[in-house]
Amino acid sequence: MKETLLLLRNRGKIEPGNAADYIAEGGYEALKKALFINSKDIIQELKAAGLRGRGGAGFPTYRKLEFASDAPGHVKYIVCNADEGEPGTNKDRILLSSDPCSILEGMAIAGKAVNAHVGFIYLRAEYSYLLPILENAIKSSVKANCLGRDIMGSGFDFEIKLRSGAGAYVCGEETALFESIEGKRGEPRYRPPFPGIKGLFNKPTVLNNVETLANIPPIFLHGSEWYRSIGTENSPGTKLFTVCGNVNRRGVYEFPMGVNLKELIYEVCGGIEDGRELLAVQTGGASGAIINASQIDMTLDIDAVSASGGRLGCGTILVIDDRNCILDIVRNNLDFFRDESCGKCTPCREGGTRLYQLVGRIAEGRGSIRDLETIEDLAETIRLTSLCGLGHSTAVPVASSIRNFKSCFWEHIDKDYCPVCCEEGGYTE
Amino acid sequence: MRLENSYSYKTASSKLVQVAEIASRYMGRPEMLMKVIIQAQQVVPAFSEEVAAVIAREMEIPQTQVYSFITFYAMLSVKPRGKYIIRMCKSAPCHVKGARDIVRTLEKMLHIRMGETTEDNRFTLEYCPCLGICEISPAVMINNRTYGNLTTESVRTIIKQYIREDIEE
Repeated sequence: MKETLLLLRNRGKIEPGNAADYIAEGGYEALKKALFINSKDIIQELKAAGLRGRGGAGFPTYRKLEFASDAPGHVKYIVCNADEGEPGTNKDRILLSSDPCSILEGMAIAGKAVNAHVGFIYLRAEYSYLLPILENAIKSSVKANCLGRDIMGSGFDFEIKLRSGAGAYVCGEETALFESIEGKRGEPRYRPPFPGIKGLFNKPTVLNNVETLANIPPIFLHGSEWYRSIGTENSPGTKLFTVCGNVNRRGVYEFPMGVNLKELIYEVCGGIEDGRELLAVQTGGASGAIINASQIDMTLDIDAVSASGGRLGCGTILVIDDRNCILDIVRNNLDFFRDESCGKCTPCREGGTRLYQLVGRIAEGRGSIRDLETIEDLAETIRLTSLCGLGHSTAVPVASSIRNFKSCFWEHIDKDYCPVCCEEGGYTE
Repeated sequence: MRLENSYSYKTASSKLVQVAEIASRYMGRPEMLMKVIIQAQQVVPAFSEEVAAVIAREMEIPQTQVYSFITFYAMLSVKPRGKYIIRMCKSAPCHVKGARDIVRTLEKMLHIRMGETTEDNRFTLEYCPCLGICEISPAVMINNRTYGNLTTESVRTIIKQYIREDIEE
């Protein structure tokens, strides 16, 4: 199966921090087009293309731009969410390190669409080694007059500033990210007001994921009709998939939306490593559903995965082989959410910890049949009442694993021996 | 009491002067706290009460705000830390590739548990969430460098370098 290289077209071909290289490959041509059409038409083109956010939620990109464009005020911001924290996800790192100018170009076009003149890239601390590449990309783009003042003689100004995180998954949530850029703890805000009205520094703001922004230049270069010819009806375009875990060829791959999960694992990635059997697949990172081996013949687009009770999310595919135990994986996921909860709202802060304890108890063979009910009840409560996406996600791996691996839960409750979970009682801290 | 012990310790005055210089560039600009903290982290590995006080004074913001900020983010610490911070990925993609064995090797080799610092203040062992380099899991990050495809043998070789030499950033 051959990859469709749209976003990764320049991977390994150009010097990433050098705008001249990017321009030689047709870079900033899309911006040149966008600069000389009016804002409404830019948004209309993105609507026609059907571009949806690639960070996880799949929200239509044009609507975010529309909100900010219609909001009153002269100062507006574009923010690039490069706080790629979802466990198992590397796609933004690959984009940022191989073709950063395409992201800058996407930001500038978004800036033109809502009449914003300042953009921020919020880069996670774990990727701080990418800062020099991004700095060079910005500098060389300004030098080539593709960013900065009076871009290409259009009279439009747009500058991009870099901001760093310091290790907080919750800062990938848009309002928490704003707080962090403002020099505060990264705690999510109550909504409304929504970011399109009051976002960063209380100004109308458009926040997009790295991959979403990288989709914008190709749309303007080749047109929305061409873009719609790739992918599926409701999820046009390509998607970057990070395949990780117990699979032979791990890495970031680009395929049209709607690629088959089974083919991705077995044909593209060479199947399960060490000749083992597939136990489970978790799509969408720690906040995605865990499905069993009989369920993997599925279409990967935003709506199809949602319909099956999971989420495509950021396109992460964690392959888990039969040396593992589902209870141990769920416990690992919950440990993550428990650590990363910011503590602002009670359901996520207390509920996450309690879920971790309950699942841990079952894993260690100390669980009771009533714990399962409590877990399902608690997971649902957290999902319904948490303030932000972190809390909403906590329930997903728990509920899906109970659904898809009921017998595994029974075995642990029956206190059958589990070499993975019980050997040493799991993680000791 | 515990808070005092881990927050109130001496920081060399020469370091405080350097931190003050960094913070003074952003006086009256509280939104630049992250930038100040990240630059200051090149000078001091952890933020004692004295360091926090200097930052607060120079930026003209409350010291509690500095403390609250530092304690929120995983990569910042008020507790003293070693010269090399070894961050072991705790997330599932590393977990399913044998991260537990790597943790055991690290703990045995350095004679400390996760979360602790060696007596010579050279190493701190910490868990961290996904490092985003899952194609080479299991992985660790030592200060700003990443190492992947770890085995119990390869991680020993890597740590040995850090025991013997000073590795440049």
